[in-house]
Amino acid sequence: MKSFLTSFALAMTGILCVVLLWAALAGNVAPDLPSPLKTWEESKPFILQPWEKRGEMDQGILRMASYSLVRVAKGFFLAILVGTPLGFLLGSSTLFYRMFDPTIQVLRPISPLAWLPLGLILFRQSEPAALFTIALCSMWPTVINTMHGVRSIPQDYLNVAKVLRLSPWKKFTKVWLPATLPYMFTGFRLSLGLAWLVIVAAEMLTGTPGVGGFLWQEYNSLIYSHILLCIVTIGVVGFALDRLMGLAEAKLRAA
Amino acid sequence: MPHIELRDIGKSYGARDVLDNVNLAIEEGEFVSVVGASASGKTTLLKIAAGLVKACKGTVLLASQPVTDFSPQASIVFQNYSLLPWLSALENVQLAVEAAFPSQTKAQHRAQAEKYLQMVGLGAAIAKKPSQLSGGMRQRVAIARAFAVEPSVLFLDEPFGALDALTRGTLQQELARMCSAAARPVTTLLITNNIDEAILLSDRIVVLGRGPNATLSPAVPVDLARPRAADLLLHDEKAIRIRARLAEFLTAASDSRRPKREAQPSLAANVPVEAA
Repeated sequence: MKSFLTSFALAMTGILCVVLLWAALAGNVAPDLPSPLKTWEESKPFILQPWEKRGEMDQGILRMASYSLVRVAKGFFLAILVGTPLGFLLGSSTLFYRMFDPTIQVLRPISPLAWLPLGLILFRQSEPAALFTIALCSMWPTVINTMHGVRSIPQDYLNVAKVLRLSPWKKFTKVWLPATLPYMFTGFRLSLGLAWLVIVAAEMLTGTPGVGGFLWQEYNSLIYSHILLCIVTIGVVGFALDRLMGLAEAKLRAA
Repeated sequence: MPHIELRDIGKSYGARDVLDNVNLAIEEGEFVSVVGASASGKTTLLKIAAGLVKACKGTVLLASQPVTDFSPQASIVFQNYSLLPWLSALENVQLAVEAAFPSQTKAQHRAQAEKYLQMVGLGAAIAKKPSQLSGGMRQRVAIARAFAVEPSVLFLDEPFGALDALTRGTLQQELARMCSAAARPVTTLLITNNIDEAILLSDRIVVLGRGPNATLSPAVPVDLARPRAADLLLHDEKAIRIRARLAEFLTAASDSRRPKREAQPSLAANVPVEAA
C-alpha cells in the first residue's frame, strides 16, 4: 500500500512538471498555445457534462470518446477475427509462412493515412472505410504474436499430442490453443493500442463524430484549447485500454 | 515369436553415428531394461523402438508388423512428465482415455481415469493442476495416463530420472505393482542409467555401450522372485552377482572407447584440482 502511494505521488509530480512546462511555454515561447488554465476554462462544458449532446459536433467529451471507442472495438474485432487464424496458419505451415511472410512485412509499415483513401474508394462511405483502415493497420501484432506462439509450443506438448493420438480438433483445442493463448493476448493488447492510434487519423480524414473528428473540427474553427482537450482525452483513454488488456493478460498467465 | 523386435538398427545424425548394429527381441509380457551412460543414445533407441524416430538402418517389428508410427496399443512415459499444464490431473488422464476409447461415453472415460489415478495413490488430488503437484506426483499422473489406455506395449524413457532418490524408490515399487496388476500382460521397454532400478524391475537387462556407434551387450537375465524389495540389492547374492556383471559390461563399454578420447582426465583425477 505504501509503495502504491509513493508511486502514485511520483506519477502526479511528473504530471505537474509537464503542466508547469506547458504553462511556461504558453505565455512566452508559443503565443498561440492556450495556457492550461485557459484550456480548462474553455473545456469545462465538455468535461463537466460529459454526456451532453448539443449538436452533431458539439458533444460532451465522454460521448465523443464513446463513439470512437465503438468504432475502435469494431475494427479491433475485425482485426483479431482475421489476424488470429492467419497467425495460426503462418505458425503451423512453413510453406504458408514462406509464401506470405514477405508480403506481410511489406504491408505492415503502411500508414493508416495511406489505407484510408483506398478504403473510401472501395466502400464509398466513411464508416466502413474507417473500420477497414483500423483492422488492416492493427492486425499485424496479433498475426505475428500468434505465429510466434504457435512456433514456441514446447516439443513435449507436441509429443503428448502425438503419442496420445489426439484427433486434429482435440489437438487444436487441448494443446495448440491453450499453449498459444498467452502470446495471442500479447498480440491483442498491442493491436488494441494500434487501433486506438489509427482512430484519430481515420476520424480526422472522414470527419465523423468522435474524438479525432472533434479535434479536427476545432482546429478548423480555431478553438485551440479543445485540441489540447482531445489530446489529453486520447492519451487517457489509450492508457486505460492498455491497462485493462494488461490485467486480462496477467490473469491469463496466472491461470 | 517376439512381441517387439529390433533388427540391425543403425542411426546417425548427420556425420555423428549414434547407434550401430543394435539387435533386441522382447517377448510378450516381458520387461526389458536398457542401461547405459548418459548421451549413449538410449533415448534415441527407445524412440526408434516406439516409432517416434526413424532409424537409418534396420527394421523395428511390433507383433511381426513393421513399425512406422507410434502404435495405438502403446503408451510412453517421458522423463519430464509431459503433462499439459492447463489441464488437471484428471483431465490429463481423461484426454488419453478419450483418444484411446472413442466409442465409450464421457462417464466411462471419467471412471477409467479416476480408477487409474486412484491406483497410483492420487485419488485425492485429481482436480489439481500439474503446477500444484510435486515432481513425484506429476510422474504418478503420467504413469496413470500411460496405464489407463490399457496398452499392450509400454515404453519408459528414464521415467524416474528427474526425481530424488526416496521418491524414486517409492515409484519403482509403484510401477512394479502397476505392471503386475495391469489388465493384460504389458511388454515393457525401460531406458535407465540406474543399474539398481533395472534389476528391481526387469526380466532381462542389456547394456548399451558408449557412442558413437553404440551397440548392445549380451542380455543378462534377472531370475529373481517378485515382488522384489528395494533392500534386495544389499544382501541377495544373486542380485549382487547380476549387478556386478552389469557393472562390468558398463565399464567395458566405456573403456573400449577411451583411447579414442584424448585429453579427458578421469573424474577421480579431476576432483582435487577443482577443490584446490
